[in-house]
Amino acid sequence: MKEKRNLKIQAIENGTVIDHIKAGQALNVLRILGISSAFRATISFVMNAPSARGKKDVVKIEGKELSVEELNRIALISPKATINIIRDFEVVQKNNVVLPSYVEGVVRCTNSNCISNSSEPIKSKFSVLQSEEEGVSLHCLYCEHVISENIAENLL
Amino acid sequence: MSFKNRHVISMKDFSRKEIDYVLDTAEKLEPVARGQERSRLLDGKIIALLFFEPSTRTRLSFEVAAQRLGGQVLNLGSVEASSVMKGENLADTIRVISNYADLIVLRHPLDGSARMAAEFASVPIINGGDGSVHHPTQTFLDLYTIRRESHLEGLKIAMAGDLKYGRTVHSLCHALSLYGAEMTFVSPPELRMPPEIVRDLQKNEIVVRETDSLEKIIGDVEVLYMTRVQRERFPDPEEYEKVKNRLKVTGDLLRTADPNLKILHPLPRVNEISPEVDSTSHACYFQQAFYGVPTRMALLALAMGVIE
Repeated sequence: MKEKRNLKIQAIENGTVIDHIKAGQALNVLRILGISSAFRATISFVMNAPSARGKKDVVKIEGKELSVEELNRIALISPKATINIIRDFEVVQKNNVVLPSYVEGVVRCTNSNCISNSSEPIKSKFSVLQSEEEGVSLHCLYCEHVISENIAENLL
Repeated sequence: MSFKNRHVISMKDFSRKEIDYVLDTAEKLEPVARGQERSRLLDGKIIALLFFEPSTRTRLSFEVAAQRLGGQVLNLGSVEASSVMKGENLADTIRVISNYADLIVLRHPLDGSARMAAEFASVPIINGGDGSVHHPTQTFLDLYTIRRESHLEGLKIAMAGDLKYGRTVHSLCHALSLYGAEMTFVSPPELRMPPEIVRDLQKNEIVVRETDSLEKIIGDVEVLYMTRVQRERFPDPEEYEKVKNRLKVTGDLLRTADPNLKILHPLPRVNEISPEVDSTSHACYFQQAFYGVPTRMALLALAMGVIE
């Protein structure tokens, strides 16, 4: 059984492992990190992997340690994800993602009349709030529109 | 308190103390606005009016405000004849006009355009209405009218009409909540105040009532803020007719009103206040339109730092 799992996704020598991603969100994690076909490092990921806390996604980025600021954006779509920095096959640092208080150029404002959706030379800007009742919400700094649902669908 | 070089974008950027300061300044300038005193406070200053959308009252009252204080007005003219039609973006337009004028008043159809303009401007921006969200100078003049004609602290106010889409009522609610208030929202169910606004007000310990009939509440409020209900909000014309008549201020309705009740309206009105009300002591909406002048004079003078 153990061997089978190892085939699915190998341990990496150096880099970043993002674990406990909400099931089904791995591709959005890549998007939120700005990882596209131009990215040179080896990326592997598993979706809907069984875990003690139900299903999860995992993303492994080889040979690259991403910045805390970049990684914390993941909290917008998967607040329980963890970040493991790997050096020489060892986890040297393990952190939970921390919700940023401000994000720029990451999410599209869902107000179609917002200036940030026009051809002006600006990036979208949101302050990020979290409340127990309403979860994570993004407040557009231009038009004050609030996005509290479907954040993942509106990633830029 | 210095407002020099400060942008006026959203009411939410202003504390109660700052709002009071703007209103105090407007009051001092009122004799100038009435033409009873002369002022050269803005002598040598150029105010650019960049209106990308039609507007009569806002544009005219800014022009009058600037001229009463001895300032010069630079008009963008129609959008069709400007570089905007050549495809210039707003950011560039603002950067260019910043070099010509000492302050820019902007009205633009996109939400958040004034906030963006402030990022690119090297002079203060006053938001003359952007999209459907902000119109802070309207709120300042509404507050000034209420202060002059009634009182701000702990006001019993009803707002009636289109409370769902009306930006003036949203912004006014927020500002009045800084003074404590009892608010009654009168609207058809389709056009109720957005629940998130009601929740925010209640969090700030504002008493909120909601109803669909003016008759039920007219005896119990000090200010009635009327707004227009637009026909296009109703797919069914019959429904519109019903709603229109239920939310109409008439002489009959006012029989049970508090003698000191003041009626405000951002104008233009269509038929939500019948003309017979105009000659009563309750009617305040034309005064309110005039109060736009001293209020905008105050904002111009403060933002340009000629009054500190």
